[in-house]
Order: sequence, then C-alpha cells, then structure tokens
Amino acid sequence: MKARSTDYAIIEARKITKQFPGVLALNKVDLRVYAGKVNAVVGENGAGKSTLVNILSGVYTEYDGELLLDGKKVVFKDTTEARQAGISIIHQELQLVPHMSIAENIFLGREPLNKIRTIDYNKMEEESRVLLIKLKFDTDVSRKISSLRIGQQQIVEIAKALSFDVRVLIMDEPTSALSESETKTLFKLIESLKSDGVAIVYITHKMDELTQLADYVTILRDGCSVGESAVKNIPVDDVVKLMVGRDIKDFFVKQAHKKGNVRLKIKNMSLKKSGKSGKYLLKNISFKVHASEVLGIYGLMGAGRTELFEAIFGLHPTPASGTVNIDQKSIKINSPDDAIKAGIALIPEDRKHDGLVLNMAISHNISLASMGKILKNGLLNERLERNQAEMYREKLNIKSYSSSQPVIKLSGGNQQKVVVSKWLATDPKILFLDEPTRGIDVNAKNEIYKIIDDLAAQGIAIVVVSSELPEIMAISDRIISMCEGQHTGEFARSEFNEEKILHAALPK
Amino acid sequence: MKKRKIDISNLQPLIALFLMAVAMTILSENFATKDNLFNVARQISVNVCISVGMTMVILTGGIDLSVGSILAFTGAIAAGLFKNGIEMQGMNLYIGMTLFGVIWIALAAGAFLGWFNGFMITKFKVPPFVATLAMLTIARGLTMLYTKGFPITQLGDQFNYIGTGWFLGMPMPVWISIFVVSLAAFFMNKTRTGRYIYAIGGNERAALLSGIKVNKVKVVVYMIAGMLCAIAGLLVTARLDSAQPNAGGGYELDSIAAVVIGGTSLSGGKGSIIGTVIGAGIIGVLNNGLVLLNVSPFWQQVIKGFVILLAVVIDKFNTKGE
Repeated sequence: MKARSTDYAIIEARKITKQFPGVLALNKVDLRVYAGKVNAVVGENGAGKSTLVNILSGVYTEYDGELLLDGKKVVFKDTTEARQAGISIIHQELQLVPHMSIAENIFLGREPLNKIRTIDYNKMEEESRVLLIKLKFDTDVSRKISSLRIGQQQIVEIAKALSFDVRVLIMDEPTSALSESETKTLFKLIESLKSDGVAIVYITHKMDELTQLADYVTILRDGCSVGESAVKNIPVDDVVKLMVGRDIKDFFVKQAHKKGNVRLKIKNMSLKKSGKSGKYLLKNISFKVHASEVLGIYGLMGAGRTELFEAIFGLHPTPASGTVNIDQKSIKINSPDDAIKAGIALIPEDRKHDGLVLNMAISHNISLASMGKILKNGLLNERLERNQAEMYREKLNIKSYSSSQPVIKLSGGNQQKVVVSKWLATDPKILFLDEPTRGIDVNAKNEIYKIIDDLAAQGIAIVVVSSELPEIMAISDRIISMCEGQHTGEFARSEFNEEKILHAALPK
Repeated sequence: MKKRKIDISNLQPLIALFLMAVAMTILSENFATKDNLFNVARQISVNVCISVGMTMVILTGGIDLSVGSILAFTGAIAAGLFKNGIEMQGMNLYIGMTLFGVIWIALAAGAFLGWFNGFMITKFKVPPFVATLAMLTIARGLTMLYTKGFPITQLGDQFNYIGTGWFLGMPMPVWISIFVVSLAAFFMNKTRTGRYIYAIGGNERAALLSGIKVNKVKVVVYMIAGMLCAIAGLLVTARLDSAQPNAGGGYELDSIAAVVIGGTSLSGGKGSIIGTVIGAGIIGVLNNGLVLLNVSPFWQQVIKGFVILLAVVIDKFNTKGE
C-alpha cells in the first residue's frame, strides 16, 4: 500500500453515507481518486457504485460524510458546480440530444455567442473539431448524434467533458454497449487522458478490464467498501471473492437430464430490415429444440438474436417468413397472443421496458399473460390471483414483503423472477430467454440458472440467448452461434470451447 | 389475511372535499340546505359521467378532448329524433321514436364517434391529443349541421324526466351517475379488460408482449368514453329541455381536471374511478361555493385553474422519490 504516498489524490471521499427510502445505499465509504491513474470501482449490481459516483459528480447533493478536493472540503450544489471544479461524469446511458449535431451537444447550455448575441456556429464547430481531433475522431461535427454509433457517441461525451478542462473523469460501465474494436479505441483514449494527468474513475464489473486498465481498485459490497488496493498488489480471484463475499466454487452445476422428442422446429426464418435497403436482419435460420433441452444461442450485439425471438413470437407478422412447428404440428403465429396460445413464452431482454408494468403489484404482473387462470365466473378473483403469486414468490424466492408490492421497488434479480413467474404461469411448452441475467447480481444469477435447469428437467424446451460465453456454456446442452442474422455454427456440449464458439460468432 | 395498506395520498382528495364542504357550510348558510346539495349533486352528475370515461382513456395513457362535442352531438340527435322522428320527404315516410329508441341511438352515436377516435389512434398512430382535437371540431360541426345552429326545445315531460325527475327521493341524474360509477368501478377492478387498461397505461410494450390485444382494448376504451358522453348529453338536454348546439363546451377541461384532482396520473397506469368521482365532487362544490359567495365568474375561472395546479403539485410531492 506504499504506492499511495507517491500519487496525488485530486478528490477524496470520506465516510460517505447515503440513505434512500428503505435502503442504505452507501455506508461510510471512502474513495481516493489519484491523478493520472485509472481508479476502478468494482462491485455487484446494487453494491452502490453508481450512487458513489453520483455523489462525486454532484448528482446527489444530500448525503453524510465529506468530499475533499485538493485536500479542501467541498460541497457541490449540482452537476454544473462539480463540472466547473473539473469533475465530469459519463453515465452508462449517454446524455446526448439525438437530434442535435455533435457540436451543439458538446456546447449545449453554454453556446458561444457572436456580436449580435446569436450562436456563433463557426466558433462552436471549430472548437468541437479541435476537441475531437485530440480524441482521434475525425468527422464532420455538424453530423447529428443519432447518426453515430454508440462508441462514437461516447467519444462525443468525452469531448464534452474535456471542453470543461476535466481533471476527474468518471465513467460508469463505459464498455457495456461497445463492440470489441470500440472498446480498444476507448482504452487507448483512456491511456492518453491518463498521461495528461486526468484521473479516471472507472466503474466496471468485468475483471479483464480491471487487470488491463486499472491502477487502483476499490471494491464495494452492499454499500460498504470492503477493499482498496493497487491493482498489481491484489489477485483477481481475491477481488471476486471480496465482491461476492464467498468462494467462487459454489457456482452453478448443471444437472444431466434426458432430452425428449423434438418440441420446436424452426425452418428458414427470415426477416428483412425495414426500409428499402434489402438487407436481412435474419436470413434462413433453421433449428430444432427438444423437450428437456437447453439450447444456447450465442452471438454479438446485432447478430439478430433478439430479432429471432421476436420473429418467432409474432411481433413482426408481415415481414417475417419461415415456418414454425410445435410437436410436429405446423403453427401460424401472427401475434404474441397466438404464440402464447401455442405454448411459447418469451422472457425479454429489457425487463423494465418489455417485461414488467413497474407500478403494478407483483401479483398483477404475474397474472398478466395468463388472466384466464385467475377468473372465476368470468371475473377476476383476487384470492386465486394472490395464491398464484404467493406460490411463485415462495418457489422462486422473490424477496418482497408482500405480493401486492409494486415491482418497481424490487431489485433487478427479483424483478427478473417476477417476469419468469409471469411466463411460467402461462404453462409454456417452450421458453425463450433473452439475456436472462443481464444487470442482476451473482446470487440472483445462480438462482436463475437453477430455475432454467429445473424447468428443463420438467420437460420444457428452452432457448437461451446470451452474450456471456461462460454463462451460456454453463447452462446449455447445445449452442448455436449467430452472426449478422445467419446461423454460423453448432456445438454439442462435449464440443464446447470458448475460442471456437467465439470465432464462429465473429464477422468474417 | 393481511389488511390492505391504505395509502394516505389516496385519501387526500377526499379530505380536501370534506374540508371544502365544511368551509362552505360555515361561510354560506345556503350551502348545506337540501335543495342546494341536490342541485350540486345534479350538476356533478354530468361531469361524473364524462370523467369516468376520461379516467379510462387517461389510464391507457391517452386523452380525449372531444367529450364536449360528442355530448352536444348525441344530445342534439336524441332531442331531434325524439321530437321529430325520422321523416323522409321523398318517400312519404315517417317513423316516430320512443324514448328508449332515442336513448339507444344516442348511445350508439357516442360509441361510433369514440370508435372513430380509437380507430385513428390505433390504426394510423395519430396521437390521441390530435385525433380527439380533430373530433372536437368534427362533432361540433356535425351538431351545427344537424341543428342548423338553433336549439331543439320543448321535448316533453317524458324526455325531461331523465334530467329533472326524482326517483326514491333522489334526482334521476344522481341515480344515473351512481349506476355509471358502480358499473365502471366493477369493470375496472373485476374484468380482464379493466386490468388490461391499467397494464397498457403502465407499460404498453410489456402489455403487448403479454399477449394483450392492445389496439382492441384502446378502441373499446374510446367507445366507452363516447357512450358516457352520450349519457351526459341526454342528461344535459333533458335538464334544460333543450339541445343547445354549443352545449358541453368546457367539459374537456372540467373532466380532465376531475381526473387529475382525483389522483390519476396523466401518463397512465395509475388512478381510480372513485378518485375521479371525488375530483368531480371537488370541482362541483367549488363551482357552487364560488357562486354562493358571489365571486365574480371571471375570478371563478382563475381559482379553478389554481386548484388544478395545486392538485398536480401535491401529487408530484407525494410521488417524489418513487
């Protein structure tokens, strides 16, 4: 720990405590942010990482504890004050106006004016250009943000931060939406910012990024700081152990179950991109799934995995083509309603946007796709509904004080269990899961794996999409890889190999 | 069984209504008389019918600006048909109309105009604000065409009974609005379609993915709203013994105000029929109270506006941090 003395802490958080209604988000957390270093903050979802950096950057202004900037106590009234002090944050969801140009976004709210008090576009665009060239992004600064890829948009956010003479740049899981090459570009940028003396606060839960990029690491668990070290002094396994608070060994072990007859057969599923480009989102995808089998579909973002589920589920009835067979019978699916009647359930990727009615009770969410089951004499029966919810609450261990609690108040993992319950209530024969463990903590992840395994044992045919290779290899009996809307490879469990599967999913 | 927790924020409108009534009783000796209270109740009845439909529309995340015009159109149709029947001059044909026949036709006309709103909103993705704004002027124009700009009066005792009659010691409009409210509350709480309305307003995409026929439900909601406007149209016409071509103007504001004051979220998914009834009560007592206190009609409008703002601000304050 001696390395600390030679490095200069620009900002220091001391004993920060933040209480939200019902949750202690941070409990006496310390953080030192060193100049010219990457200071990683790691922890599971809900550990308090985002809350901590939101306090550093002036988003949250009510908290206990103190912030020291260059050794002097500071209180930021809002993000503007923090930014003027040299602290900028790039949120996970980028805060850009899509219909405005790059330059307009960089100077939003402090546009340079000319003599007659109108916006000086020439100056604004010139300065934007200089900033972007510094970041090695050579483009027309009058382009609209919406025409840029996510990685490029992030560079614009960095440029915006730099335009404030940034001393501390906070990045909240910046690579979560980036492709591999975009990630590389970002890492190079971070290196050059470091050499300019900028302190980076880097939130992540990816261990390879930690070893590749970070100089210091602070580990949070359940709102407490449980470790702080120079990265070179701490083995990754120890970091993981501190994050989850237990050994990595009791991870999920798949049961072996005998696969049954072919449940679902998809033939030549195709889906054209809307518009006149003539490009395909899906091209002639065919596959089979057996009863009691877990089929994994692996592909990078944009490979067409979600579109495949949506096409089968009847969300694109007109442009999609292809045949669906369930239990040897040809089925025509024109709407989600048809799909549910045919015995298909889809657990969507984005549970908040697609899966849940957030301000509705747990019990109401669970019954939403199978209302017929809780009717008595044609009317909703509260007792049946509550009993059903209580059953799933117990079975899937949904942590909540009552089944009438609105799902908005649950953690990500428990919300996901509500979505799973909703679809189990439809008594599906086939279950599609799209990124079922995104954004939920390790414990909840293991519970979800276990649920998937149990459902397979009960004879349900399961198809899981995931972009996490270790996950999909752990839970699947068979994996098919997809790339750019096409089926590019198939692997039985005995042939599982990280490199081979990844290779099959990469664009040629 | 655990008792359901009662959220204090749901009671606020009721407390406000109670306090207003107490204040009025103290300030004006004419307020708490039987005649005046029945008068208030009768006035509120019309807004209650409209606001119940508006609540459903707003719960789906929509809005209906055409309520006043639909009220006028259906009222005019009902009055005209009841008084004159259907006369086809070329064919020497005359069909007289019974009161029940006229009521059914008015309801059907309201449902049709509501269906048209819903059709434009779901089929062509016209935003509800725009679709119903268009209907506001369409239905008003149709009313003018039908009445040629003149009121249709002298409808007879049978027709006017709907608006002025008494039944078991209460005015007919009050009975009708009690019936409408009970049916609507039952519908929202006990049927699937009612539940789907909440789900669609809460998260339309999740509702769609759960197999709910979102467009169908929305069309039904606008049809119900149209039918309830027709009921309100009958009440107003019968009460005045006259179908005015410009009847119902301003009800879009009063009904939205009742819904909002009653705690329903304008973004959909959250709210209740009972809340709206209380909201309509608050507006009714306010209107009546300000008249009894001889407040100028110009000030009345200003005060009503501030009450609406106050209700929304209080609601925001309650839901802060959620």
